[in-house]
Amino acid sequence: MSDASLNSTPAQTQNPDAGFGDFFALLKPRVMTLVVFTAFVGLMSAPVSVHPIVGFAAILFIAIGGGASGALNMWWEADIDRIMKRTRKRPIPAGKVTEGEAFGFGTALAGISVVMLWLATNWVAAAILAFTIFFYVVIYTMWLKRWTPQNIVIGGAAGAFPPMIGWAAATGGISVESVLMFTLIFMWTPPHFWALALFMKSDYDEAGVPMLTVTHGRKSTRLHILVYTALLAPVAIGAAFTSIGGPIYLVVAVIYNAIFLKGAFDIWRRDEDMAEADAYAVEKRVFKHSLYYLFALFMAILAQASLGAYGLGGW
Amino acid sequence: MSLSKQHEMHKRRFSRNMGLGLVLAGFVALVFGLTIAKVSNEDFAVPTDEAAE
Repeated sequence: MSDASLNSTPAQTQNPDAGFGDFFALLKPRVMTLVVFTAFVGLMSAPVSVHPIVGFAAILFIAIGGGASGALNMWWEADIDRIMKRTRKRPIPAGKVTEGEAFGFGTALAGISVVMLWLATNWVAAAILAFTIFFYVVIYTMWLKRWTPQNIVIGGAAGAFPPMIGWAAATGGISVESVLMFTLIFMWTPPHFWALALFMKSDYDEAGVPMLTVTHGRKSTRLHILVYTALLAPVAIGAAFTSIGGPIYLVVAVIYNAIFLKGAFDIWRRDEDMAEADAYAVEKRVFKHSLYYLFALFMAILAQASLGAYGLGGW
Repeated sequence: MSLSKQHEMHKRRFSRNMGLGLVLAGFVALVFGLTIAKVSNEDFAVPTDEAAE
């Protein structure tokens, strides 16, 4: 846009030059924090140590790859982001960044992040990052999200890859431990999200996105939460007996899974009348616990890895 | 309009240009750091013609 645009028509001023912050917002910084944290734990818990600068670069390019996925997601979903209240202030619907700019920005960052991760670490980590971006943008955003109410289950895989990438960046491969960290986040995502969906009045329906609460009803959603939480527990506790686990992790995993299971059971026992009577107190409590749950388990993995350096780690 | 007058758009452009400049400077520093880390690794060896063949 030239300086002549200072005297432009209102239609033109809807897309003024975007600031740095507008492009940064395209990267979904809040999602990026989870990516950075889990990738960092994956990298640190690996049995191979990496140079601090290489480790920093690996986490940075994994985060940029995650951000690129976010930008491409916003590019594709600009139509429904304009409809939903929660997303109306995002850079594209707010008129700060054009769809073309978001596409170019996301594509460029995706390419840069994969190539740089390859150069900084190895091709396995870069390949998993490339697949993660492809999975999130094409499989989840373009295909599954508007097609099946199981979108959050399959789409959750994209958010589960970062610790595997971190692990691969250090070791150059995939192992039982990295697959377990992937499975942990993969199984955690559905009950975490559905607990939120039960008490958040969302306008997904208006936007044409099939959500389990709408397509199968709230009773079925409550059962889904219980089943996924029950399946998550053995995975989470089982990880304690691998090289990333240990006594500290086992104690944390048992306590947090017991609380999560109890919460999921309470959610399953309730109906909508009971939930409305106490303003979805149990659902809100379980959602909040699910946030602490993932943080605590990955912190425990990190603690085991850190103590391992002093001979106080695993079994 | 006077050229010296600052419009809100100029501030936005400045923030974007400054941000991009810092990102590029950071990228250069990171690639330099990576190079130092890689060449100071014990396993590092300069590729030779024989190895390429």
